[in-house]
Amino acid sequence: MRFADILRFARDAAAGYPLRTFLSVLAMAIGVAAVVVLTALGDGARRYVVGQFSSLGSNLVIVLPGRSATGGFNPANAITKTPRDLTNDDAAGLLRLVPVQRVAPLFVGNSEISVGGRLREAVVAGTTASYFDIRNFEIAQGKVLPDEDWNRVIPVAVIGRKIQEEVFGNQPAVGQFVRLGDRRVRVIGVLKPTGQGLGMNTDEVVFVPVALAQSMFNSSTLFRILVEARGRNQIEDAKREVLTLLKARHGGEEDVTVITQDAVLATFDKLLRALTAAVAGIAAISLAVAGILVMNVMLVAVTQRTAEIGLLKAHGARGRTIRQAFLAEAAMISVVGAFAGYLLGQLGAFMLRKAFPVFPAYPPDWAVIAALATALTTGLLFGIMPARRAARMDPVQALMKY
Amino acid sequence: MALIELCGVERVFHLGDSTVNALARIDVSIDSGEYVAIMGPSGSGKSTLLNLLGLLDRPDAGTYRLEGRDVTTLSPDEQAAVRSRRIGFVFQSFHLVPRLTAAENIALPMMLAGIAASERTRRVDQALKDFGLNQRADHRPDQLSGGQRQRVAIARATIMQPAVLLADEPTGNLDRTTGDEVIHLLETLNAGGVTLIIVTHDPKLGVRARRQLVMEDGALKHDSARLPDAPVG
Ligand SMILES: Nc1ncnc2c1ncn2[C@@H]1O[C@H](COP(=O)(O)OP(=O)(O)OP(=O)(O)O)[C@@H](O)[C@H]1O
Ligand SMILES: [Mg+2]
Repeated sequence: MRFADILRFARDAAAGYPLRTFLSVLAMAIGVAAVVVLTALGDGARRYVVGQFSSLGSNLVIVLPGRSATGGFNPANAITKTPRDLTNDDAAGLLRLVPVQRVAPLFVGNSEISVGGRLREAVVAGTTASYFDIRNFEIAQGKVLPDEDWNRVIPVAVIGRKIQEEVFGNQPAVGQFVRLGDRRVRVIGVLKPTGQGLGMNTDEVVFVPVALAQSMFNSSTLFRILVEARGRNQIEDAKREVLTLLKARHGGEEDVTVITQDAVLATFDKLLRALTAAVAGIAAISLAVAGILVMNVMLVAVTQRTAEIGLLKAHGARGRTIRQAFLAEAAMISVVGAFAGYLLGQLGAFMLRKAFPVFPAYPPDWAVIAALATALTTGLLFGIMPARRAARMDPVQALMKY
Repeated sequence: MALIELCGVERVFHLGDSTVNALARIDVSIDSGEYVAIMGPSGSGKSTLLNLLGLLDRPDAGTYRLEGRDVTTLSPDEQAAVRSRRIGFVFQSFHLVPRLTAAENIALPMMLAGIAASERTRRVDQALKDFGLNQRADHRPDQLSGGQRQRVAIARATIMQPAVLLADEPTGNLDRTTGDEVIHLLETLNAGGVTLIIVTHDPKLGVRARRQLVMEDGALKHDSARLPDAPVG
């Protein structure tokens, strides 16, 4: 039997039992659509997180106190004991390194800001002018922190947009004095809204010179040192040299962790990819179920068409021809189901993107390909058994079924 | 050389502990172009014999030569090829594929044999004309009368120009007139050279054949070719 004839015969056979065919196509479609939508969600989460990290700034190398076992990013760093503090001098020393463009120390504490009667909790970030360059923060009014000696205590502050709104309302903020903890500082600038970043919302932060923050909280320990490499290809050099220098400064003890934004990104990327894959795996179970359904449907088809099989054999059909005809039917159900599921899944992902515009819910290519491939292989695999049963049927017995 | 030669053919069915000798040492030889009626009471083994002749079943003992070739030892695929080219089947209940049109049903054996679509169309058109089915080409079996269905089935059985046409009670589901028409059609085909073997309960149809085989309990009780004077029936 010619290939085109087998396909046509199988198509007519499938069309001959519309409800049964429709239901198995639907099962297959739901399986594929589930994979497409769920991986779109997972990968959307990954893209979202990666996007948030990228907004931290480019070519960023971050130094944090404490040693991590792997040398890579490790969330446990946050709670490990710090053997030796990171200081302003450590940060200043890094400026001499060739691959380093900018350095900004970062000191973080919690305090209150008040003006007139209004009082509000605020995160106080002690840093320098270069911090704003590294993080690409833009000023809405006024100017950034002065580019002065890091150890000078200058009573000025740059405030986030939300602080400005809540503490000053409609009043102009720049030039005004505010009370910050036990200090009186003058507001010299207001940041443009930066939106939700990872960790802290910079709209709710009060930036002050690092020395002021340190004297306010009576501590010299830096939270982070942000280092900007001269270029993307210098990130690794910068990381290595930063580590070497700090080790030398800390008496040969490697008690800091240097992470690159790439490493952080890679970790989250890996994590969320694994999550997406796991979700895809769970969704793939529905594909296996759909495959079993196709098998059931084909077994019913073989039983229903027993007489027809006998007739085909009487008219010279070989076992192989009958096997191919039934296999083609199972394959068609799977192909149509997989394709319909693909369209359905893409539609679902599209609606997700419409409903949550910040969330880039695009299914990854690998998931789409894997879903389609799994649908087709399970459909075919589960089609084999019924097709063999049909081919092996005894023609005399089969013909008696009319 | 005989077209069909059965030599000591036996067929035994096992039903639990009991065995049924559906065919017991059948020796028969049928020449090309013959018109043979197989008769006998129900359960005497007529259908079993016909299925063997059509290579749908294998004997438990004995040999079957078709056109001089021992076909009992052929592989299933080789037997399928013989069925495709040399044997045509006509059944009591027509056995048309319900979802296919008359034309598609007739074309089925050619499609199974891998004949090109253009050639199929040509031969189906001719067959539709020959069997008076021009107006019914696109009708499905449930839109056809019994006689028309059997004519489609006969057209299908002969579309590959077989040497033998095997018909198991071809008029069993038809009224007298339509049955006669169908028999007449089969006889015309026989006149054209096809060997015709019909299983029938109907003595009136049996006597129309030039040769009668009468079965009883799986044995060949009577062969009009061997005993030309013996009564029929
Ligand atoms: N598959 C089978 N299994 C067991 N016994 C069978 C089988 N097929 C046929 N037989 C038995 O073999 C014998 C011959 O059956 P067969 O169908 O050839 O009879 P028949 O002459 O065609 O009868 P009818 O005129 O009723 O069609 C019967 O006794 C039947 O019960
Ligand atoms: Mg019978």
